[in-house]
Amino acid sequence: MAKKSSNKLFESSLVKEALKQSFIKLNPSILIHNPVMFTVEISTAIMLAVCIWIMTGEKSQGSLAYNLIVFIILLLTLLFANFAEAIAEARGKAQADSLRKTREDTPAKKVFPVGEIFVNEVKIVPSSQLRKGDLFICETGDIIPMDGEIIEGLATIDESAITGESAPVIRESGGDKSSVTGGTKVLSDKIKVRVTTEPGESFLDKMIALVEGASRQKTPNEIALTILLAGFTIIFVIVCVTLKPFGDYAGTPITIAAFISLFVCLIPTTIGGLLSAIGIAGMDRALRANVITKSGKAVETAGDLDTLLLDKTGTITIGNRKATHFWAAKNIEEKSFIEACALASLADETPEGKSIVELSGINPNTFSTNGARFIEFTAETRSSGIDLPSGLKIRKGAFDAIRNVVLNAGNTFPIETEERIKIISGNGGTPLVVSQNANVIGVIELQDIIKPGIHERFDRLRKMGVKTVMVTGDNPLTAKYIAEKAGVDDFIAEAKPEDKMNYIKKEQQGGKLVAMMGDGTNDAPALAQADVGVAMNSGTQAAKEAGNMVDLDNDPTKLIEIVEIGKQLLMTRGTLTTFSIANDVAKYFAIVPALFIASIPALRALNIMNLHSPESAILSAVIFNAIIIPLLIPLALRGVAYKPIGASALLRRNLFIYGFGGIALPFIGIKLIDLLVSVWF
Amino acid sequence: MNTEILGVVFMYVVMVLLAIPLGKYIGKVYEGERTWLDRILNPLDKLFFKLGGIKPEKEMNWKQHLVAMLTINLVWFIFSMLVLMNMSWLPLNPDGNPSMSADLAFNTTVSFISNTNLQHYSGESGVSYLGQLILMLFQFISAGVGMAICAAVFNAMKERTTEKIGNFYNYFIKSCTRILLPLSLVVAVILLFNGAPMTFKGKDQFISLQGDTVNVSRGPAAAMIAIKQLGTNGGGYFGANSAHPLENPNYFTNIVENISIVLIPIALVFTLGYVLKRKRLAWVIFSVMTIGFLCFVIPSIYYEMKGNPAISRLGISQTMGSMEGKEVRFGSAASAYWGITTTVTSNGSVNAMHDSFTPLTGMFALLGMMVNSFYGGVGVGFLNFYIYIIIAVFISGLMVGRTPEFLGKKIEAKEMKIATIIALLHTFLILCFTALSSHLFAQDPKAYAGWLNNPGSHGFSEMLYEYTSSSANNGSGFEGLGDGVPFWNITCGIVMILARYLPIIGPLAIAGILAKKKYVPESAGTLKTDTGTFGIMIFAVIMIVAALSFFPALALGPIAEFFSMKH
Repeated sequence: MAKKSSNKLFESSLVKEALKQSFIKLNPSILIHNPVMFTVEISTAIMLAVCIWIMTGEKSQGSLAYNLIVFIILLLTLLFANFAEAIAEARGKAQADSLRKTREDTPAKKVFPVGEIFVNEVKIVPSSQLRKGDLFICETGDIIPMDGEIIEGLATIDESAITGESAPVIRESGGDKSSVTGGTKVLSDKIKVRVTTEPGESFLDKMIALVEGASRQKTPNEIALTILLAGFTIIFVIVCVTLKPFGDYAGTPITIAAFISLFVCLIPTTIGGLLSAIGIAGMDRALRANVITKSGKAVETAGDLDTLLLDKTGTITIGNRKATHFWAAKNIEEKSFIEACALASLADETPEGKSIVELSGINPNTFSTNGARFIEFTAETRSSGIDLPSGLKIRKGAFDAIRNVVLNAGNTFPIETEERIKIISGNGGTPLVVSQNANVIGVIELQDIIKPGIHERFDRLRKMGVKTVMVTGDNPLTAKYIAEKAGVDDFIAEAKPEDKMNYIKKEQQGGKLVAMMGDGTNDAPALAQADVGVAMNSGTQAAKEAGNMVDLDNDPTKLIEIVEIGKQLLMTRGTLTTFSIANDVAKYFAIVPALFIASIPALRALNIMNLHSPESAILSAVIFNAIIIPLLIPLALRGVAYKPIGASALLRRNLFIYGFGGIALPFIGIKLIDLLVSVWF
Repeated sequence: MNTEILGVVFMYVVMVLLAIPLGKYIGKVYEGERTWLDRILNPLDKLFFKLGGIKPEKEMNWKQHLVAMLTINLVWFIFSMLVLMNMSWLPLNPDGNPSMSADLAFNTTVSFISNTNLQHYSGESGVSYLGQLILMLFQFISAGVGMAICAAVFNAMKERTTEKIGNFYNYFIKSCTRILLPLSLVVAVILLFNGAPMTFKGKDQFISLQGDTVNVSRGPAAAMIAIKQLGTNGGGYFGANSAHPLENPNYFTNIVENISIVLIPIALVFTLGYVLKRKRLAWVIFSVMTIGFLCFVIPSIYYEMKGNPAISRLGISQTMGSMEGKEVRFGSAASAYWGITTTVTSNGSVNAMHDSFTPLTGMFALLGMMVNSFYGGVGVGFLNFYIYIIIAVFISGLMVGRTPEFLGKKIEAKEMKIATIIALLHTFLILCFTALSSHLFAQDPKAYAGWLNNPGSHGFSEMLYEYTSSSANNGSGFEGLGDGVPFWNITCGIVMILARYLPIIGPLAIAGILAKKKYVPESAGTLKTDTGTFGIMIFAVIMIVAALSFFPALALGPIAEFFSMKH
């Protein structure tokens, strides 16, 4: 997953920064956004006041040492919580910084359409001066200064700075591979690029801002949880405040330290302290998986996905379909057929087209195409080809598209070719029918190779409750063959861009959440319609704008990881909330007897942990409450492990570990701390 | 097995066996399906619809339900205040009982329209027969209101997206005519034949064995007793409630009345299963409620049958168990069983002195009211439970890594806000008002000496019980509290109003908002709510949210008393 960054949770440089931040975050105006920890801060301030009061001679509140220790522990509780958030931020920031560093003040060769001396003059400016729509040039060895789209040329580019993938990739103008990312390096050739984002608005900038917390908005689930936690906090405010008159009635004076300790122990400080760290860590995990998200909400939504639309090509099958065989029609000479195929594919920039030229073994430069008109593939005609000046019209395309052309011209479709098509389709291949002047001259066989291990991944998704849908331009027969072999639940065959869109809308109308991955410009509307749209970094700018995540690795199976990250994020919050609340049982049994033992000795029976003294009991409870936060930081940062075992089994498992464990653990922990504390108190 | 325990087991089993078919019948009534009572009662319903100008088929959204519910409650509130404050000169007052003071009339009116039936007066001397009849009418109305809102919430929980969730007046009238009226008739007739009075004549007289002349209050009691039990009202005809020999003459009537207490609350759970076509969910809810109920009732019966350790130390044999404050004709087990059934269901009628229960039984009675949803009051018991379901769904949804959803509807911030406020409310009302009275008492024990019959922990329990009972709309009292004074009348009145209407409005609002949301069909990743695991989750949420927040208060009251008594 993470290729460049260390997986160590606590790097010393980050810890130092986080420690500093822990103190800065004590500022009440920052802390007020977290209601639970804010009440702890108020409690800490009250304890400080009590300590000062005792120093001025007050006798009713117990010893100064005891009150001072309570104050210090509360302060530590706050610092621990701040540290959790700070270390999560520092980790995210470090990850983002390493990406950002590469492009800060990169010299950019900006093209001025009207320069001082020439038209289209090239001048070197700092990358920060580039604006959307500006043009710049990159040559061998240059670092690309900004995200943009190639408008001229072709280059090999080393994207390892972002993807960690060492193999260089080819980017060229036109088609779906025209997009370049700032910070990557041109290895060969020269390209002219148009800047597509304003500085500070690139995906990376957005991501960095999210991780740094500046623009991190609480997600809907996080808001709902904060409300619940605030509710719990209010309940315990009521419990503790009303205890004062109850104590008065029972003739039991209760010290302020005891009230404050009971309150801080009961409110859900564990989850309250770790809540924002969990959120940031979720984004950070996404970044470590080389996925840039535009909002925290998208990551959460990913955990809820019901349906996943995957392009067949590159996702389920390796790379693109390749031409594997030329089948000439009856009475057609094979050599001339192959030549016609190559000719029709000359201008075809799709991988299929290129593979046809490749398989034909004919050097494209040997053709003279002067005066020829290239017919581009469109979703409507579903065929492409070439019109030669000699009047020869060669078309290649889907079976039914070509058949229409042939039949409309009054010609017949040869039966042998039709047989061949059926055989190819039956084998999971794709037939590409070639016609010359509306006469069928043969079929090109394209074959797919299914990725190893893909079947297991789909099984895993199914267990998570996610339905997988394969989208392909293939005919239904081929699509079904591959769908069955790969183990997807459903497929859309002969898909036009609007088919994807319609499928997504249909699923959404049924209340489903849909994700899709795409890279092409024609994917953009569907990417925008999907609840989670993941654009490939290699995809077009339009695709990247439309989606709400960008996958830097261009790995289509990344959605599986994204789903797991989303689920982990929610689970970590849920389990720690349960743990935090379950802890209260033991804390009650530690503190309540300690409060009343002086006036109602019979309540000693409630001291089931047999804690040494009221003071030691209260101190043990607050100490446990404080140290559980740093102990759980690794869990908050890594996330609770997700196991695709079904929702009910998962609930049973987590309820046992974090619910039952949350009740039992503090009994043991508080008792152990008490053994230690009882030496002094 | 001990016959006392056998009696209790018999009552429980018969009750469940009756509740299952009744639940289905109620479901049919609410769904507008044909029932065998249609032929007799259709004309009656039509008359009501015509008189009230009601179009039963016109569906309402949740806000319209709310307005309708509050309107009829306000009308009856004013009407009741007028009658109670003027009944001395109004007809049907053979015993010449006086009118109520304003604060007592306020307390009594609130108490009856809120289904609490806390009585700071005694029926024999405090109200006329007209007053009793008005109060009896409210026992129908308040129960009908709770059931009608519950029916609307069931309707809202169906698998669809809609704003319209039935007609409030239709649900309300049918709850009264089709469910409460026929059942009350049956129970009243049984009571009548066993000796409960039903007359408009004034006090009767007889000369006792000692030769004294004894005046015995009577009146239209049988009818009132039937509805007080069935509607989880609990407002007795006589001051001593169902411990009075004319309200509850023998063990058989005790069985009938005790079954009546819990019958409709349990039946409504099965109604949910019928209306939503989710029998499993109904059984999970029933099981959670039953386990909670058993957690309270078993130790209570145990401690009552074991007797009071303080009395044992005096060398007095307690083979019948702790009999202080209990009727010999019921015995300790049946009294303890009644004590818990009446508190978990927000009924509040009593057949023994709750003040005299051994401390832990008192605590379980308190806990029953603090939770207030292990069966709970008619309609409102499920509404309270619904809040806990929402919270449990939310936490467990997060725990399995999915945005929480319940019956295909996503639970988001708005619903959580309402659920949290409602879950808070009960704790807030009970603890804050008990704190207020404790504070006043602790400041000046002499001035308030009349409040408490007992010092120390028990006195604390009396105050805690009074507000818990008010907030749970229960209405039973830990007698011994001098509660007939303006302070208690007014504070309890405020608690009852808030604790009645907000917990109705909250769940109705949540259900209404959820009904409008897009329906998401279940998938393999959806957390199923009709499983045992989820049942455990709800149980844990209820215990930790509802029970744990009262732990310090309970420690100072019954728990302290329990441990002190042991030593």
